[in-house]
Amino acid sequence: MARNDIKTDSRLEGVLKKGEFAFTGELGPPKGADRSRVEEKARYLKGSVDAANITDNQTAIVRMSSFAASAIAMDCGLEPVMQITTRDRNRLAIQSDVIGASAMGIRNMLCLSGDHQSFGNHQTAKNVHDIDSVQLVAMLKKMRDEGKFECGDEIKNFKKADLAPPKIFIGAAANPFAEPLDFRVIRLEKKINAGADFIQTQVIYDMERFRKWMDEVREKGLHEKVYILAGITPLKSARMAKYMKENVSGISFTDDIIKRMEQAEDQKTEGIQIALEQIEEMKKMEGVHGVHLMAIGAEKSVPSIAEKAGLLPRPEVGDVVTA
Amino acid sequence: MIVAEQKPFEEIFEAVKDYDKILLLGCGTCVTVCMTGGEKEVGILSKQLRLAAKKENKNLEVLERTITRQCDEEFFDEDTAVKIKEVDAVLSVGCGVGIQHIAYLFPDVVVRSGVNTKFFGANMQQGIWSERCAGCGECVLDKYEGICPIARCSKGLMNGPCGGSSEGMCEVDPENIECGWQQIYDRMKRLNKLDKLLENQPPKDWSTHRDGGPRKIVREDMMFD
Repeated sequence: MARNDIKTDSRLEGVLKKGEFAFTGELGPPKGADRSRVEEKARYLKGSVDAANITDNQTAIVRMSSFAASAIAMDCGLEPVMQITTRDRNRLAIQSDVIGASAMGIRNMLCLSGDHQSFGNHQTAKNVHDIDSVQLVAMLKKMRDEGKFECGDEIKNFKKADLAPPKIFIGAAANPFAEPLDFRVIRLEKKINAGADFIQTQVIYDMERFRKWMDEVREKGLHEKVYILAGITPLKSARMAKYMKENVSGISFTDDIIKRMEQAEDQKTEGIQIALEQIEEMKKMEGVHGVHLMAIGAEKSVPSIAEKAGLLPRPEVGDVVTA
Repeated sequence: MIVAEQKPFEEIFEAVKDYDKILLLGCGTCVTVCMTGGEKEVGILSKQLRLAAKKENKNLEVLERTITRQCDEEFFDEDTAVKIKEVDAVLSVGCGVGIQHIAYLFPDVVVRSGVNTKFFGANMQQGIWSERCAGCGECVLDKYEGICPIARCSKGLMNGPCGGSSEGMCEVDPENIECGWQQIYDRMKRLNKLDKLLENQPPKDWSTHRDGGPRKIVREDMMFD
């Protein structure tokens, strides 16, 4: 299937295929079993974003499952992007979640390998990694397009029934900043070849490197094969920036961003200002099809950022015809 | 080789201190080479045990012996067998295979383990051993030009590095763990085979690994009638 064929009734897919600049957010599920926290965050995000990533035990800390929180978000009218990591579940568990999620109406699924368990709150856990994120993308594509499980069995409710494949708009992540730098576009290409429909990038604080990565992406024509959403997170303080620079692998900072944050009178406002400038540049950058705003724990600020970035109201997609 | 590490002395002593007579049994193969459980270590550990026992007014007699291989019956000579049967417990500083083989060969004898068996690894320099093989049962090394992503990537990723690779090191422990994928990439580049990396590798068949249950190899061509 070509990039432009409509595969699902996902709103995110509809926005991208209409050629609109997409805007996605992020919702971190709570650690407790009370759904009200998801509902509250969903209310902030609803209407301001096209869809929101529902993280899957991010930083390897146990939280409400992405599947459940996605369903609650949908109840609140917020379209979820259900994240799936290969850290915690093998191919059996993932496929069963995928057909279940599709049956519940969840369409967008983002394939990740997941933060290593040594960063989380169950450091003695066994990791799974039965498959990796590229294999996960390929598995979802096979399920959707061929109606087959990874093992080759057909996906249907009973033997004589019609195929009942899941409807999935398949996402994957790309990190333009991690090493080996020269591998990063190859890795993106592998994910596209495996069947990724859209890509969300690692958070960008090094525009120079991002521009270079996009140059390579365009040179290979990859921006015409996949939708790319640039990852943005407003910095809260210069301290946060310095901490991330020194302690988090796969994130790169240019010196001027840190300097701007240090010199700002109001660092929080400056962080948002930098994010707004990045969004402005992304809107004009060839091959960037939207922005993914990761404001975890700051979901409340998303509507005002969307407003200031000129991204409201979000486009109507109307009735998309499902393939 | 199989690389092992001696357990903390307190743990070893705790496991044997209440016996009157034990045999400290070393192994002359892998654990000798990785300086964990050979003749030399048996000599040191037995002295430590006697000293610790004396301090606690325990009557612990420690016999010493090191055989060529604990994982092979033919190296358990008559004299060793007699000693194993005469003591209250055998303290083995062979790897996990050796310890289990003693339990298998001498079903009435108590065996205690003096080492933690770690991995299949190589000796990188004096005092440093690194994991090199995960024993997955279906070797993928040719696809990666001799560097195994299953054993050498913290996530066992088969299609390239995650975002946690920085300055050649893995984010899981940037001081000690090298990023296996950086090494695969560097080697492919050196051999001018980067195009090979674009090929997507399908999910691995883990049934040949531990996931298929305990493994056994039967070579009929090697068996006696």
